[in-house]
Amino acid sequence: MSKKTAWDIVMLARDAQRPKAKDYIESIVDDFIEFHGDRAFGDDKSIIGGIGRINGTVVTVIGQEKGSTTKEKMERNFGMTNPEGYRKALRLMKQAEKFHRPIITFVDTPGAYPGLGAEERGQGEAIARNLMEMSRLKTPIISIVIGEGSSGGALGICVGDKIAMLENSVYSVLSPEGFASILYKDASKNKEAAEKMKITAKDLKELGIIDDIIKEKDKQEENLEFVSSELKEYITKTLKKLTKLKTEDLLDLRYEKYRKIGKMEE
Amino acid sequence: MVIDKIKKVNNAEGEKPQKNTKAADMLVGKWVKCDACKEILYKDDVHKNFSVCPNCGKHFRISARRRIKQIIDEGTFIETYENMPETDPIHFDGYIKKIETLKEKTKIQEAVTTGFGEIHGNKVVIAVMDGNFLMGSMGSVVGEKITLAIEDAIKEKLPFIIFCVSGGARMQEGMISLMQMAKTSAAVAKLDDAGLLNITVFTDPTTGGVTASFASLGDIILAEPNALIGFAGPRVIEQTINQKLPEGFQRSEFLLEHGFIDKIVERKDMKKTLAQILELHKN
Repeated sequence: MSKKTAWDIVMLARDAQRPKAKDYIESIVDDFIEFHGDRAFGDDKSIIGGIGRINGTVVTVIGQEKGSTTKEKMERNFGMTNPEGYRKALRLMKQAEKFHRPIITFVDTPGAYPGLGAEERGQGEAIARNLMEMSRLKTPIISIVIGEGSSGGALGICVGDKIAMLENSVYSVLSPEGFASILYKDASKNKEAAEKMKITAKDLKELGIIDDIIKEKDKQEENLEFVSSELKEYITKTLKKLTKLKTEDLLDLRYEKYRKIGKMEE
Repeated sequence: MVIDKIKKVNNAEGEKPQKNTKAADMLVGKWVKCDACKEILYKDDVHKNFSVCPNCGKHFRISARRRIKQIIDEGTFIETYENMPETDPIHFDGYIKKIETLKEKTKIQEAVTTGFGEIHGNKVVIAVMDGNFLMGSMGSVVGEKITLAIEDAIKEKLPFIIFCVSGGARMQEGMISLMQMAKTSAAVAKLDDAGLLNITVFTDPTTGGVTASFASLGDIILAEPNALIGFAGPRVIEQTINQKLPEGFQRSEFLLEHGFIDKIVERKDMKKTLAQILELHKN
């Protein structure tokens, strides 16, 4: 890992061959049943949501899915979520709270969809509402960045008690290309930007933004099996700790987790 | 930005004084040109009219200082958290220096001003963002001050009001700035749990991470007329969909029509509208 540059990791995180949310759900969630729709507008296929068992524990799973084939990528809008996707996720998360199921989210998006309809239907409001509600859902939440965690579009399903990242995933305030073109006025400085922005799992753990890093194999084709087993172990172990906490303590710790980021004394 | 434009107009006018009874005033910059209707306006008239064009009603962008003067009863404003130390989490070249120069030049301490004050005698905690400071972008200081102000409202059991203007998350602080969205939204959840009133006011322009966090979470959401409000910026959307956006897209009136704000309030009526809402929430 040490030899890879931040840009190398960006490329790995975006690699089309990389396992996606659907692959991980298929490999680690038993008896998975997918649920659809936000009950208001439609069903956003950039988000897969449903329930199933991980190592025997029933959980609600929410995953951003970019799609694998060209047709599927189109259907899933390349993982760019629309407001109804965030609202579907929230609906399913509230359902999880009602039935005392922990929530697992898999984050993988180039960003929330910047389209005309998305704005008409309140993209900002949809993300904002998720941030607020996820901060106080009375059930454990584990969020895992599995590929590209870009901006508010990622954050919209990435507020929880524990945040983890796969070793070769990235999580950033905007894309390195965007950062380079806005702050360096030169989009070709994307590699430099990637380094500067601190977007790798290692950097973000040091900054205290994420809690844990999940290992990957160097060979992409070995990753589905290897990472699935690592994920399963991580989720099982983490849920064991989180479910032991009293709800009140769980929520206090969650608030404090975000409260301390960027805190300073006057 | 508008100030720059006004300066340009003043300079341009200054070069060729017109035969006007107030021509001398032109030279000393007492005139401004409305960037919407192009009318030349006497600055004092604009100020007296809440920094709104007396001719076409365009709401010019105003500083936090002026906003507080317009909204808070005279002599009641107590500023909080004035001197938060800046942080530079990703060591972005020249960032701290830029902020310090900006503070010196604008006499503004960061992109949000917070404090306690009264509106027609109703006590509130107020936060007012300022677009003159790095486009009102939200970094750790902005996120922290807003969170502290919300926590003050909870502690003192007071209504919370925030005037928003922002380009979004402050990129120069990397992921720390994105996390301020989660932090402020979590604080809003606490305010909500405490049963306290939260009023947000969108002003021109509010986009990105601020729209996608506390700004959209008010119990009551107001907006000034014709303010640009959105998640993605208009240029990004145009590039995505490869077509021109319709007239009025992402403006206050558009959001009202689509159900995302409660009411559009002209600046001259803002104080009395806020007072009315506050009065109606008194037990």
